[in-house]
Amino acid sequence: MTDLLTASSLDAFYGDFQALFGVNFRISEGESVALIGANGAGKSTFLKVLTGLLPVPGQSLTFDGTDLTQHPAHEIAKLGIAMSPEGRRLFPSLSVRENLLLGATVAREGPWNLQAVEDLFPILTEKANTPSTLLSGGQQQMVAIGRALMANPKILLLDEVSLGLAPVIIRDIYSALPRIRENGTSVILVEQDIGQAVAVSDRLYCLQEGRISLEGPSATLDRADISAAYFGRKKEHA
Amino acid sequence: MEWINAILQGILLGGLYALFAAGLSLMFGIMRFVNLAHGDFIIAAAFLTLVFVDLTGLSPLWAIVPIVPAMMVAGYIGQRVVLNRLSGKDLLPSILVTFGLSVILQNLMLETFSADSRRVSAGALDTAAIPLGGGLAVGVIPLLLFVSAIAVIALLNWIFAHTAVGRQLRATSDDPETVSLMGINKKHLFAIAMSLASGVVALAGVLLAVKTNFDPAAGPVRLLFAFEAVIIGGLGSLWGTLAGGVILGVAQGLGAKIDPGMQILAGHIVFLIILVLRPQGLFPKQRG
Amino acid sequence: MSTQNMFRLGLFALIIGALLLGPYWASRGTMRLLIEVFYFLALAQIWNLLAGYSGLISVGQQAFVGLGGYLIFSLAMFAGVPVLVGLPLAGLLTALIAWPTAFVAFRLSGPYFAIGTWVIAEVYRLVFAQIPALGGGSGISLPANIVKAMASSRSARESMTYWIALGIMLAVVLGIWALMRSRVGLSLSAMRDDDEAAISVGVETRKLKFLIYIVTAGITGLIGALIFLQKLRVTPDAAFSVNEWSVLVIFIVVIGGIGTLEGPILGIILFFVLREFLADLGSWYMVILGTVSVVIILVEPKGLWGLIQRWKPVSLFPVTRRSDG
Repeated sequence: MTDLLTASSLDAFYGDFQALFGVNFRISEGESVALIGANGAGKSTFLKVLTGLLPVPGQSLTFDGTDLTQHPAHEIAKLGIAMSPEGRRLFPSLSVRENLLLGATVAREGPWNLQAVEDLFPILTEKANTPSTLLSGGQQQMVAIGRALMANPKILLLDEVSLGLAPVIIRDIYSALPRIRENGTSVILVEQDIGQAVAVSDRLYCLQEGRISLEGPSATLDRADISAAYFGRKKEHA
Repeated sequence: MEWINAILQGILLGGLYALFAAGLSLMFGIMRFVNLAHGDFIIAAAFLTLVFVDLTGLSPLWAIVPIVPAMMVAGYIGQRVVLNRLSGKDLLPSILVTFGLSVILQNLMLETFSADSRRVSAGALDTAAIPLGGGLAVGVIPLLLFVSAIAVIALLNWIFAHTAVGRQLRATSDDPETVSLMGINKKHLFAIAMSLASGVVALAGVLLAVKTNFDPAAGPVRLLFAFEAVIIGGLGSLWGTLAGGVILGVAQGLGAKIDPGMQILAGHIVFLIILVLRPQGLFPKQRG
Repeated sequence: MSTQNMFRLGLFALIIGALLLGPYWASRGTMRLLIEVFYFLALAQIWNLLAGYSGLISVGQQAFVGLGGYLIFSLAMFAGVPVLVGLPLAGLLTALIAWPTAFVAFRLSGPYFAIGTWVIAEVYRLVFAQIPALGGGSGISLPANIVKAMASSRSARESMTYWIALGIMLAVVLGIWALMRSRVGLSLSAMRDDDEAAISVGVETRKLKFLIYIVTAGITGLIGALIFLQKLRVTPDAAFSVNEWSVLVIFIVVIGGIGTLEGPILGIILFFVLREFLADLGSWYMVILGTVSVVIILVEPKGLWGLIQRWKPVSLFPVTRRSDG
């Protein structure tokens, strides 16, 4: 499998504050990769770097043969990286359908359009003309994912999808993941819930204080190792 | 009857103020940016109308054809080249740059056109009026202004509600960071907004030239009227801005009826009263 | 005391000494120029305190200059108040009027505050143009008997005006310096950097801004009173001139460097030098001044003083206390 996106010893800064230290990361086409870690470990920062919201000039970050550090956020979106951001960030002045349509601004070819997204999350048809602010949290999350899909991305970034949602809603939303992936779309998901992350990903990275503390296939990684990498405790049997 | 006439003329004048205000409202609504040279750009468009009439001998209303697109292009370029560098968290630079621009424009117009008060004649239209009976009449030009204001606001609202660009502009106004995730270049969108605002400014300038006297120093007062109409109407609503313009126009008309020296003052005072009693304006945008 | 501080103190003493002795060495024309320099510098420092330190971007300071001018004329003409008493009184009354004014202006924030203050200044201009006892739109001259009562001779009057102007300017500059070195200064810089952060550390930003606005309005009124006492005539257009009391003042601060005490001083020197050479150009002079200001904001928002700082970090008015140990 060829890598779709690779980051090599990537550093990232907010002003003087360094948030990521030498992160090595790769994802191949069609793969699902989970990023886990405690609050402030750098997961969202990493997604901000991938989408260009946090520029990292001079770093090594390649997507589909393109040097991402050379492109601002709006160009990266056109290249095929779309994100459902943390907190959903829907546009309050826009209706549900308008929010979805805005996602199609990049006009990339692919299976996703208004019809397909509304088939995936049927509730969105019913709520098409509702202001996005009047939706429940789960519905808002569906709009955010649908909006990202409308761009027909090669990589879909899902930041904290389950945050603040009831377990049954979370299950509903994650049940859409196989259909998203069946067209070969790669997925990078940031999750607080380790169990969920392991269940829906092929591989897993654990971030701790801005550094990758663990990496491996989700299916075979030992839960104790994950916990240790997550919380930064020394492994007892090491 | 004279009072009714004063109110009627005030309403029509309000249309012109709404045009002044629509451009300002647009810029603030989308870019959180206030152009202190707004009034001076309106006066510049009025002077361009004068030049157009001198050069072509056509009716001044034809000046809309070259001046509106020209100023739209200029607005786009100005935003991309200069003003986008200033849009950020800190308001001071954009206020200071546009304030400097205001002084530059005023003095350039002073050098070019002298301090004389000017007016552009639209021929027979100048005095044409439609009698309403009972001694009341509405001038064709004031009516034309009012209808233009309604048309412009309706058009802008339609653009916002029903076009892809309008959607993008509203989204940018909501959250300029997240729109970039949708592949939208904020700088391009800001320039589009500025271009739309400049088109309205150009139209307002041409109509002002036909309606009333102007001179190079007349800009700042127009800025103040535009600002007052926006605040009276409530931020974020263009129809509110029209209402604000009408309220300001009526206040001035009634003030002038009491004493010619009171015209402008009456408008300012009504503005201040509304500001104290209802700082969010009369018709603020409702958010869910 | 370090040699640098000794040098600075010596320099200050020398300049202030020379200025104090102005009436004994300067010609009438030079004195008039210096008076103008003093009050423009005071106005510039005040605007700098408002916009550069407190985040209050006002385009309406002419309201208070004009109020001061009209108040001193009214006090002298209608209440028979001696001008030396009338000056501080005019300042005090201006501050009093600024209180309800601030109440209205503070309903607006950011750029709208700027235009709002401008509207309010226009209201004052239009109101004073409506008062027949003050000459309406054409203004009024100070009656000869009041002018004569100010001092024994014309040169004595001019010397008095000169010293008062110098005194106000020094008080403003040193006052703001002291303010910036105090706890209030610390709060102000916290506020400037981040309103919300300042609120969270317990700085009552609104109250502090309100107070600064009113106190500076009073001082601006005092300066306005002095300006029109010197001019001996006040008209609504001159008293409430946005071009004179806001545009020029803002250009001086912006060109010199906003947010520093040194900036306005540098700006004032440059402004008067430019004026000496370019005043004949008429409106082109304003075009040049405007262009210089715009270019400076785009290239170096901290002005000429900022440019100097880039090259060599110096400070005439150190605000941060250093521990020389």
